[in-house]
Formats: sequence, structure tokens, C-alpha cells
Amino acid sequence: MKHIKTFLQNDPRALSLLTLPAVALFITFVLVPIISGLRISFTDWNGYSQSYAYVGFSNYQEMFRNDAVWVAFRNTIIYGFGSTAIQTVIGLSLAMLLCRKFLMRNVTRTFVYLPAMVAQVIIGYIWYFLVSYEHGSFNDILKLFGHAPVDWMAKGWRAILFILLINSVEYSGKTMIIFLAGLESIPHVYQEAAEIDGASGWQVFRNITIPMLLPAFTTSLVLNIIGGLKMFGLVVALTDGGPGYASHSLSSLINSMYFANQQAGFSAAIGVFSFIFIMCVSVLLRKYLNAKDMKYNG
Amino acid sequence: MGKKTINNRYNGLKNIGAVLVGIFYFIPFYTVISISLKTRTDRSSHWALPKNPQFSNYLYALTKGKIGLAIINTLIVTFFSVFLILAFGSIASYPLARVKNKLNKALLSIFVGVMMVPPLSVLVPIYKEMVTLHGINTYWGIILLTTTYGLPKSVFMFTNFISTIPKELDEAALLDGCSQFAIFPRIVLPNLKPVIASIVILSGINIWNDYSFQLYILQKPKLRTITLAISTFFTEGRANMPAAAAAAVLSVFPVIIIYLCFQQYFIEGSVDAAIK
Repeated sequence: MKHIKTFLQNDPRALSLLTLPAVALFITFVLVPIISGLRISFTDWNGYSQSYAYVGFSNYQEMFRNDAVWVAFRNTIIYGFGSTAIQTVIGLSLAMLLCRKFLMRNVTRTFVYLPAMVAQVIIGYIWYFLVSYEHGSFNDILKLFGHAPVDWMAKGWRAILFILLINSVEYSGKTMIIFLAGLESIPHVYQEAAEIDGASGWQVFRNITIPMLLPAFTTSLVLNIIGGLKMFGLVVALTDGGPGYASHSLSSLINSMYFANQQAGFSAAIGVFSFIFIMCVSVLLRKYLNAKDMKYNG
Repeated sequence: MGKKTINNRYNGLKNIGAVLVGIFYFIPFYTVISISLKTRTDRSSHWALPKNPQFSNYLYALTKGKIGLAIINTLIVTFFSVFLILAFGSIASYPLARVKNKLNKALLSIFVGVMMVPPLSVLVPIYKEMVTLHGINTYWGIILLTTTYGLPKSVFMFTNFISTIPKELDEAALLDGCSQFAIFPRIVLPNLKPVIASIVILSGINIWNDYSFQLYILQKPKLRTITLAISTFFTEGRANMPAAAAAAVLSVFPVIIIYLCFQQYFIEGSVDAAIK
């Protein structure tokens, strides 16, 4: 009894007890689901009935044979890395445009950042009005030029491209903010000194701005890749995976396998796969970026 | 002299560029607002301004579409989740920032790792677990779940912030006879205001905009949150698009108002969260 009391009063290790509520939640809602997800992935559970049978690896075998899973996997990579590339370009350009003070700066910053505050599903449904076949805003412009209306989301590749572009444009505000913070932290003397030495605008950008922005690149890269790989709401709102299963991401495919097809065991297997995939990507990303950091700073 | 005129000319171009960018980003918002002010029979283009702006669609969205109820439900879930994220996150971060032993280092990297978990990859087993715990269609079910997945970011931000508070403060308090568990509430907590503001805004927005967890846990129409109510509008009510547009505007409106009032905190918050 006395031991416990002195431990609590004097041993700094006792402070770890403060993590208990968080640890309890993590065990209940992260660890237990991960383990039980693994278990469900070896069953033929349909999502609601009390009984189910263990089917060994057949869900995983089915997964590697299933075309929809491969398409969703490919799309997830496109959404993750494609959005990141586009967002980096748009975000950096906007930050360069909007970093120094001038008349329209703050208004534009606000308009660019606003959509980043709105849920993906809602952005998706708003864009539905622009890209829908009948009476959509884009088709109204086509009609103006005497062109026949286009069913924008009816072709697989076009649907993927639209989801990719809408995601990149609407959420580039977040990337812009990170680059703006980076730009504001670059001391002006560097640029001025380079200009006095006769460096051109491009040389200053290439040799001073870009290297000084490296931490901003790292942060936005990690945020955008992980965010893009989790893509769900936009797909559900814009195409619900269609046409067929052409524009599904892994997340939206899991959802539709579970809700629409009642294949809980199968969708748990896809869940395990997407979990492992994203964990691998984030570990590799961290390793790569840490190594790069060492190269520049060490 | 010469340099100045060049700068001015650049500023002119920059203004034009900025206006074009602003207009481009405003187009989706303009479209949805313009649709929401038109009648259902109005077949004019979405680009056209409404001839007789009228608010009946908003009335329909609020009464028949129950957007008001959805906003209240979302407020309840957001408020309690953010409160728990702050409470559990801050106390957990204190030892993680101050006592860097093996256990705490491991805990921190596990917590931060959870940030990467895609919700959909674990939602099937979470749903099954919630059925067993009778947490489906309950506020506590969605609040605890949302808290769990919001905690990593808050632990990450709190730990970084507490590391910047001088440890000497803690040591002085210990010498004055303060017990080690009393240091957090007395010495550390009063210094956490700026990071608390950032976390409230960041997790508040994330929870307000959540779709995946709410979709699985809140299945009763009575408990629908904003994202669920809007998606019901668009999937079941394709016939009444102006009302769906009004519902979308209503759901975005509170976020925009809060953003405009606390703009500085939003920007600082997202930068804090991103940069170590």
C-alpha cells in the first residue's frame, strides 16, 4: 500500500496513468476492430445475420481475382498521388501569387480557402449541379457554342479525372496555407542579397525560395498523399463508384460491398488490404522524407 | 523610378489574376446559391441569376428536410467530441511530453500512427462491435468513436506545444510542494490556451464534416447529421433539386460564418497541425 503511495507521489513514471482514458479508447475502437476485422475477413459473414462460417483464405483469393478491387486499388493510387501532384502545383502557385500585400489579396485567399472547410460529400453534391448531364452548368456552356451536351461522369476515365481534379482544386487551399506560412518565414534579406548580386527572378525562385520551402513541401506531401488515399466522400457523392465500378476508391468499394452487396467478410478483407497498404505508404514516406531531410540539413 | 513602375504593373496583373482565381473558386458556391433561390419549375441556366429570388426552398429544407434537426444533432456530436478530445488529449500529452521513457515514446508513436488509419478499412468490424455494445443509433456511440479518431491529432499538437513550455516551471512547483499530479492543472493547463483554440477549430471542422463514421453509426432518420441529411436529400429527393441546393447552402453557412469570424485561428491552427 505504501509502495503504491510513494510511486504515485514521487515516481514520474506514474504520470503515464494520465494516458489511460486515451489508451482505453484506442484499445476499444482501434485495436479490437483491427483484430476482429482480420477475423471477419476469414468468414462469409453477410453483415447482419447471427451465423457465419469460416472460409479460410477464400476472400483474399477472391480479392486478387476480382477486377473491381484492382480498379479501386489503381484509382486509390491515382487519387492519392495525382491529387498531391496537382495540389502542390496549384497550392504553390497560389501562395506565390497571394504572398505579398496587394488590393485583392485577402478576399482571394478567403475564396480559395473556403471550400477546404466544406465536407467532401457536400462539395461532391454541389459539383453535381455543374457536371450533370441534364441542365448542368458545363453543358449549358457547350450548348451556347452549339455543341451537343456531354454526360461527363458516364465514361470511366473521365469520371476518375473529374474526381481527381475536383478534389485537387477544391482542397488546394490547405496546401496554399502551408506554403504561405513557409514563404512568410523566408527572411527578405536573402532575396534582396541575391537580387543585388544580379540574380534573375527565376534564379531566386529556383535557388532560394524552393530550398527554403522544403519543410512546407514535406508537410503538404504527407497530408495530401494520406488524405487522397482515404478518398471516400467525393466518390460517393459524384459517381457512387460508377459507371459500373470504374471510379471506386478502396474506401468507397468497401462501403458498397458492405451496404449494397452484403459481403461483409469480403469487404473486411479489402479493409485489411487497404489498411496495410496505407500504413506501408506512410512508413515509406516518413523514411524517405527523413533521409532527404538529412541530406539537406545534416 | 523604373523599378517602381514595373512593380506597379506587376501589381495590376496580380490583381487581375487574383480576381480571376477568386471568381473561379466562387463558381460552385454561386451555382448552388442561385439554384436554391429559384423555383422547381424554373428551367433557366444555373449561370443565370434568379429572376424572383425566393426563400421557399429554404423553408422546405428546414421543415420537410429537417435540416434544422440535423444541425442540432451535428452540434451535439461536435460539442461533446471536441470536449473529450481536449480533455483526454491534454492529460495524455502531459506525460508524453515530459517523461520521455520507452513506454511513453511507444505510446506517442502508436497514437500518431492512428492518424493514418483510413476509417473505412475498420468500419465493418467497428459496426459489428457497436452492435454488440448497443452503440448503434446512440449519441454516446458516435461521440466515443469520433473522439477516438480525433485524439491522435490533438495528442500530437498538445505534446509538441507542452514540449515548448519550460520544464523549470514544473520543477519549481515541485519544490514548492505541489504534488506531481497537480502540476498539470495548476501550471501547464493555464498555458495551453493557444493550442486549445487551434484544436477546437481543427477537430470541430473535421467532426462537423465527418461522413463515414456517422453513416455507419447513425442510421435512424431522427439522428441524422448534416452530411447524412444532405446526402439523403440528393439520393432520395432528386426531383426537388432547389430544396437540395438550399439544404447544402444551409449546411455550409455556419462553417463559413465561423470561418469569417475566426479566420486567423483557422490559418494558425492548420499550420500548427502541419508543421512540427
